[in-house]
Amino acid sequence: MFRPDDPLKPRDPVFDEAWQAQVLAIADTLVQAGRFSATDWADTLGAELRAAQAGGQPDTTETYYLAALAALEKLTTKATDLTPSDLTSRKEEWARAYLHTPHGDPVLLTRGQDR
Amino acid sequence: MTSFDSDKAAELHRHLHSHLPSDPALRVKALESLAIERGLVAPETIDAWVEAYSEHIGPMRGAQVIARAWTDPDFKSRLMENATEAIKDFGFEGNATGHLHAVENTDAQHNMVVCTLCSCYPFSILGMSPAWYKSAAYRSRAVREPRAVLAEFGVFLPDDVALRVWDSTAELRYIVVPQRPDGTDGWDADRLAGIVTRNSMIGTERDLKAEG
Repeated sequence: MFRPDDPLKPRDPVFDEAWQAQVLAIADTLVQAGRFSATDWADTLGAELRAAQAGGQPDTTETYYLAALAALEKLTTKATDLTPSDLTSRKEEWARAYLHTPHGDPVLLTRGQDR
Repeated sequence: MTSFDSDKAAELHRHLHSHLPSDPALRVKALESLAIERGLVAPETIDAWVEAYSEHIGPMRGAQVIARAWTDPDFKSRLMENATEAIKDFGFEGNATGHLHAVENTDAQHNMVVCTLCSCYPFSILGMSPAWYKSAAYRSRAVREPRAVLAEFGVFLPDDVALRVWDSTAELRYIVVPQRPDGTDGWDADRLAGIVTRNSMIGTERDLKAEG
């Protein structure tokens, strides 16, 4: 994906998808709050990027942000009392909530429960 | 008819699934909602961060710093001495930027910045890094064959110009001070800032143009 950007092209959006911005926002906020250090973040992200490359993942922005998300999940579960299973079950709750919310209504975690 | 009902059910199923966010988006939602509930982050902090870096904080900040350095010798010596302190003049200090070090291009030397480990970058003065800065290819090739990388950016560095590549870390990040182009005598700092590009402050562009 290494291509210098074309100066004549309209400016790309800073983030391709909202979740990518949120990953960096949460990571930076947790660094500021002292939950983990900037060096921990760089080391963990670097390790995830190396693993993605070693695993043959394409050299794309998507791969970069997936590595950042994996790094954030690792550091958060290491540095706080959140556990990997907390993350997994909460993700399933959100998925159920989305599937049980009619289009246009706000998606609330309470939707999809008790079904 | 049964077939009609099953088609309808399949259609409904597709409709529902089309609203389901992607797997990474759901993982981020899970992490964010739990972090908020546990008091690890405030929702307004996350929203403000995303808005700031999506809309407001970009390379124009760095361009103002460079333009000031070109027009104010005292500021320039403070910038070269301690960039972390100097950018406080603009209120651009940012925790995410860590310690900032300015490196100056001259006729005899060109500077280029990379983060070989991940993607460390002076966000608070350049905004989010471009996609290519985060790519594995740039991160490895910028140190292995920097002149070839520069050539792909359209910078053909003469052999008698030294090239120094600076590897950023979480604690120490860099901004390149490009050379002020000829033909800009008498320009004020605002006008000068308009010709300073993001890539010139990363070092993947060298000769700025006096246009504007």
